[in-house]
Amino acid sequence: MSGVTTDSTVQPRTSGSDVVLSVDHLVVEFRSGKQRVQAVSDISFQVRKGETLGLVGESGCGKSTTGRALVQVQPPTSGSVNYLGQNLGALSHRQLRKVRTKIQMIFQDPISSLNPRRRVKDIVAEPLVIWGRGTKAERALRVHTMLEAVGIDPDTAGDRRPQEFSGGQCQRISIARALMADPDLLICDEPVSALDVSVQAQILNLLADLKARFGLTMVFIAHDLAVVKNVSDRVAVMYLGKLVELAGSDDLYRSAAHPYTEALLASIPEPDPEHVSTHKALAGELPSPLDPPSGCRFRTRCPYATQLCGEEEPPLREVAPGHQVACHFPLVGDRAGTPDQAVPAG
Amino acid sequence: MIGRRGTKGAKPVFEFRDIGDPTEPLLVVDDLHTSFRTGRGTVRAVDGVSLTVKAGTTLGIVGESGSGKTVLSRSIMGLLPTRDVIKSGTVHFAGHDLTALEPAQLRQVWGAELSMIFQDPMTALNPVKRIGRQITESLRLHLGMNRAEADATAVELLRSVGIPSPEDRVRWYPFQLSGGMRQRVMIAIALACAPRLVMADEPTTGLDVTVQAQILDLLGELQRERHMAVILVTHDLGVVANRADEIVVMYAGRVVERAPTHTLFANTHMPYTRALMDSIPRLSDPSGVRLQAIAGRPPDLIHPPEGCRFAPRCAYAQDKCRESDPPLRTAGSPDHLFACWFPLVHGTSTAPPAPSSGNGSSSAPPPTSAADTAIDPGAEVQSP
Repeated sequence: MSGVTTDSTVQPRTSGSDVVLSVDHLVVEFRSGKQRVQAVSDISFQVRKGETLGLVGESGCGKSTTGRALVQVQPPTSGSVNYLGQNLGALSHRQLRKVRTKIQMIFQDPISSLNPRRRVKDIVAEPLVIWGRGTKAERALRVHTMLEAVGIDPDTAGDRRPQEFSGGQCQRISIARALMADPDLLICDEPVSALDVSVQAQILNLLADLKARFGLTMVFIAHDLAVVKNVSDRVAVMYLGKLVELAGSDDLYRSAAHPYTEALLASIPEPDPEHVSTHKALAGELPSPLDPPSGCRFRTRCPYATQLCGEEEPPLREVAPGHQVACHFPLVGDRAGTPDQAVPAG
Repeated sequence: MIGRRGTKGAKPVFEFRDIGDPTEPLLVVDDLHTSFRTGRGTVRAVDGVSLTVKAGTTLGIVGESGSGKTVLSRSIMGLLPTRDVIKSGTVHFAGHDLTALEPAQLRQVWGAELSMIFQDPMTALNPVKRIGRQITESLRLHLGMNRAEADATAVELLRSVGIPSPEDRVRWYPFQLSGGMRQRVMIAIALACAPRLVMADEPTTGLDVTVQAQILDLLGELQRERHMAVILVTHDLGVVANRADEIVVMYAGRVVERAPTHTLFANTHMPYTRALMDSIPRLSDPSGVRLQAIAGRPPDLIHPPEGCRFAPRCAYAQDKCRESDPPLRTAGSPDHLFACWFPLVHGTSTAPPAPSSGNGSSSAPPPTSAADTAIDPGAEVQSP
């Protein structure tokens, strides 16, 4: 890709555009009684080798469903998820299981994602046991190395059970488990949102270290744009099942083009008493996905919505190199961050 | 306007003094201790906390999980069980010592004068009662309203917390509402009888950032309208930076720093407070910037470390810090309290740069640095 006005963060960290994960027109539907709910409706994006893609949005925007569809835990209704060119939906159960060792997931609630009745060393060794890799001694050695890598003392922690650990430590154990099978791609679904800010910083730093050490590619799902911006090279913003903006993370902060992204940025509390937010906080709630608004799905909460927004759905289009947005009236150039100059409500 | 006074019915058992003088504190907590007897030993969850809240102001209580902030808020409210709990210290609220009240008397205070917003609205609300009924309960009990009055008031309250079509929503159950809406209902319940102090314990943890901003803005608006005092308990300094008048930072059951918000941010004295600030990812930082995490975890409150409890995690810790417990003291400005032997002054540590030779006894003269002239170790020492 060409980075003319964008800076280096938009570029993949490795040269060339070796795409690890490619999502094409992904749709995930759920049945609710007789109705169908589109949790994810027609989204496409790519993740390149060595990059971290952030997926951000409010509860109910479909970001977790997308994450689950990436590993086919939630089979897509239509569209495809391609890992290294292989369509995961077309694989047999056996083949899929094998590919999944390369795609691992970390979940939001670290305590409930670990079996409370098992010892830490058994939990962490499980992926190797399932795949019959190594001898018992080799597995023990790898558990030891991996627990050390995530900052858990293997000698004292190995024989204890998850409830003896704090949330942050449990998240470290989950990360160790996810890395045991030597994955290429790590999907983190809100890995820090249940943690204190101090522990959150520890885990985010740990993920950055492990990413460098093991050469990982990551998809990082969260609702807090400040957290996502910190870890991601590029950020995809979702709203009610749709991708509304996709840009390099520094670009997204400097020149958010979608009014929703702008609102997300505005709602993050800055630890600075002098800070006065120039943006208005978002009013109202996410509309029901059972009956999404016509046209642009964000128009019911958008301060700049016009008649056009209700009639026509804005396509995702490029407003700057590497910066895509789905809005009829994107906040670009001079208008970025100055809502009063945007197209007034009609 | 729903007022506590001027409504007929239920006469209060106490007359809470009206605090006309805004400089006189509404809430005075003095040397509060709360410990729990457990199988492993006594957990000193709150260990000598003193604080004051003036009418109409906001106090932020900040600390990590396990710092004792939730136990402190419940101790102030009088919401702790009696079994295996050791309590001491006083909580004076509008002239009454809440710790001396009987449970029946406390029930007259809760909701009416002093109310609480809990972290998890799903578990705090009764799942099998309509939300309208949950609001009218305290209106009828404390204000003696009849059913029709209470119902009408409940609708008004739901409207005031920004719930659309409140006439219909009063008949809804909690499960029909989103997390943000449930928290609005909690706020409506807490504010129903126009209390003078609202304790909000992590009111937005678990909510989306967008909803968090809405809820905190709402609470701020209602507070100004009704001239309520608010205690906002949180682990995130970012949440209180723009909303609290004063901030208390807790660590391992103690207050380690207490100052007006602007002072606290402008001249943080306690390294722990600084570390909490630095661990927050900031939007203004470029992506990929390494966060400054605080290594380690808060100490075990059964066997807290000797000396300063933060010393094992502190980047500036000296021998003295590991040996003797720093008292909560002031320096320079009288309303800025901190518990540190070598406080930061405008971001610079006053700790001696070289590894300290010889173990400085607690009576040893403080290190001689330029900044240290501003710090008078003897000033206004509060006994821990």
